[in-house]
Amino acid sequence: MDSVATFLNGFLPEGLTTLIVIMIKIVAILLPLILAVAYTTFAERKIIGYMQVRMGPNRVGPKGWLQPIADTVKLMFKEIISPTKASTIVFFIAPMLALAPALAAWSVIPFWDGGVLADVDAGLVLILAITSLDVFGIILAGWASNSKYAILSSLRVGAQVVSYEIAMGFALVGVLMAAGSMNLTDIVRAQDGGILNWFAWPLIGLLLVFFISGVAETNRAPFDVAEGESEIVAGFHIEYSGMAFALFFLAEYASMILVSTLTALLFLGGWLSPFGHVLDDIPVLGSLLGDGFHWLFIKSFFFLFCYLWFRATFPRYRYDQIMRLGWKILIPVTLVWIFGEGVAIALGWKPWL
Amino acid sequence: MTFQLFVFFLFSAVTLLSAVAVVTMRNPIYAALFLILAFFSSAATWVLLEAEFLGVVLVLVYVGAVMVLFLFVIMMLDIQIDTLREGFIRYLPVGLMVAIAMAVELILVMKSGVFNRDIPEPSPLSVSNTESLGEVLYTEYVFPFEIAAIILVVAIIAAIVLTHRRRKGVKKQDPSKQVRVRREDRVRLVKMKSEEKQ
Repeated sequence: MDSVATFLNGFLPEGLTTLIVIMIKIVAILLPLILAVAYTTFAERKIIGYMQVRMGPNRVGPKGWLQPIADTVKLMFKEIISPTKASTIVFFIAPMLALAPALAAWSVIPFWDGGVLADVDAGLVLILAITSLDVFGIILAGWASNSKYAILSSLRVGAQVVSYEIAMGFALVGVLMAAGSMNLTDIVRAQDGGILNWFAWPLIGLLLVFFISGVAETNRAPFDVAEGESEIVAGFHIEYSGMAFALFFLAEYASMILVSTLTALLFLGGWLSPFGHVLDDIPVLGSLLGDGFHWLFIKSFFFLFCYLWFRATFPRYRYDQIMRLGWKILIPVTLVWIFGEGVAIALGWKPWL
Repeated sequence: MTFQLFVFFLFSAVTLLSAVAVVTMRNPIYAALFLILAFFSSAATWVLLEAEFLGVVLVLVYVGAVMVLFLFVIMMLDIQIDTLREGFIRYLPVGLMVAIAMAVELILVMKSGVFNRDIPEPSPLSVSNTESLGEVLYTEYVFPFEIAAIILVVAIIAAIVLTHRRRKGVKKQDPSKQVRVRREDRVRLVKMKSEEKQ
């Protein structure tokens, strides 16, 4: 990256160079992300297929590997319809409002030590703030569609997301207390030294709360009342077609990957190797078993797999039970956990010496 | 004009224009959306002041939570846009008087010299904005901070008590009761003799 900057500096003003370098970095993050989104949809259909003892998509390309590309092409060429009496501007802004935060949050995610677009001090709060904007896309889509099913769905989503955000925020408070920092790179560095130093062990309750509320935040099964097919047809995106519909899908899967990566970063040591630095000296295997992006990939993939696993195995929650779980179980658990953690830190007990 | 100044003017212009739009928009949903834009661009100005924590919290609390509820309420109300258009001329003199009074007050406060302070040196970038804010809040201002917290809790409880009514005849499920159900409560096994062959 530095060599690119010096090359461009030769004939461009400095401000423009910085801008171009940032743009290149953004593309370098977003292109793999969008590819990952496409293949997450494929993985979802395959994995759920095998769990239900069937093949999943296997027609397009070898073993069905070109299926997501065929889907994308199909969606791109479909006509986009806007309902009569719909508020057209908001109707078309809503999918963008859903997608933009899901992509913007990746700006502060570190992929390896130093591999981050914006090394912000308050990274954790920034992520919380950006992901809290996700809900606007859905609410506005429901309102602008001028359809009662869409607005019912968006009201459900709004209430659900706002409630689970609180539990999620409290879980993050526990992490930043343990790490002593809100910078994501520093949080991962605080877990250095092998699998026993990961926050997953002392903060196991917060890990569960965070991931459960992450599933609820992204409106995935078993919390997908937004799309209850039997009650409200398909939810907030019922009136959308073609690429406008695809944007909602893209946003949902990008946030799924984001939540999985965040869980890996905050609780499972991100890019850190589970063996610590014991095996670093082995000639060839050392680089593979040592810290690196591949560990983050494996850990995030595990949580992403859990998402699909939940969808294949759990029945959908009833709406009042979702609210009960969020307000009466998850939030009290986090409060008690944070209090206990505070006592442990004040007394100087083991993990926070 | 430096780049920083350019960004400042850009965001200030967006803030002012969207604030005007909040008042002039006929459709309350559009007004709420412009209010979100106003919050967002003022958060950007705060970040420009190197108060990144405050900026992010403004987005988190006002945009992410308060405005969602605002939009909720507006969507649930059955608003007739035609009635909202009525009476613009009739209310204009009162509105103008309020506006002028506020402007005069603002100018008086600005001129009074309260704001004529030396601008402190910006702290170096290495000092974390969040950390210094937390340190001041929990040492120097700990009592005001705690009192504010208690007042907020009291307000929450009061709001819940005032609005939460127990209505009669509501069919409500109690999950803990549902979980505690045993087979014996629901199923009655009946032994019957088989019918005689005719």
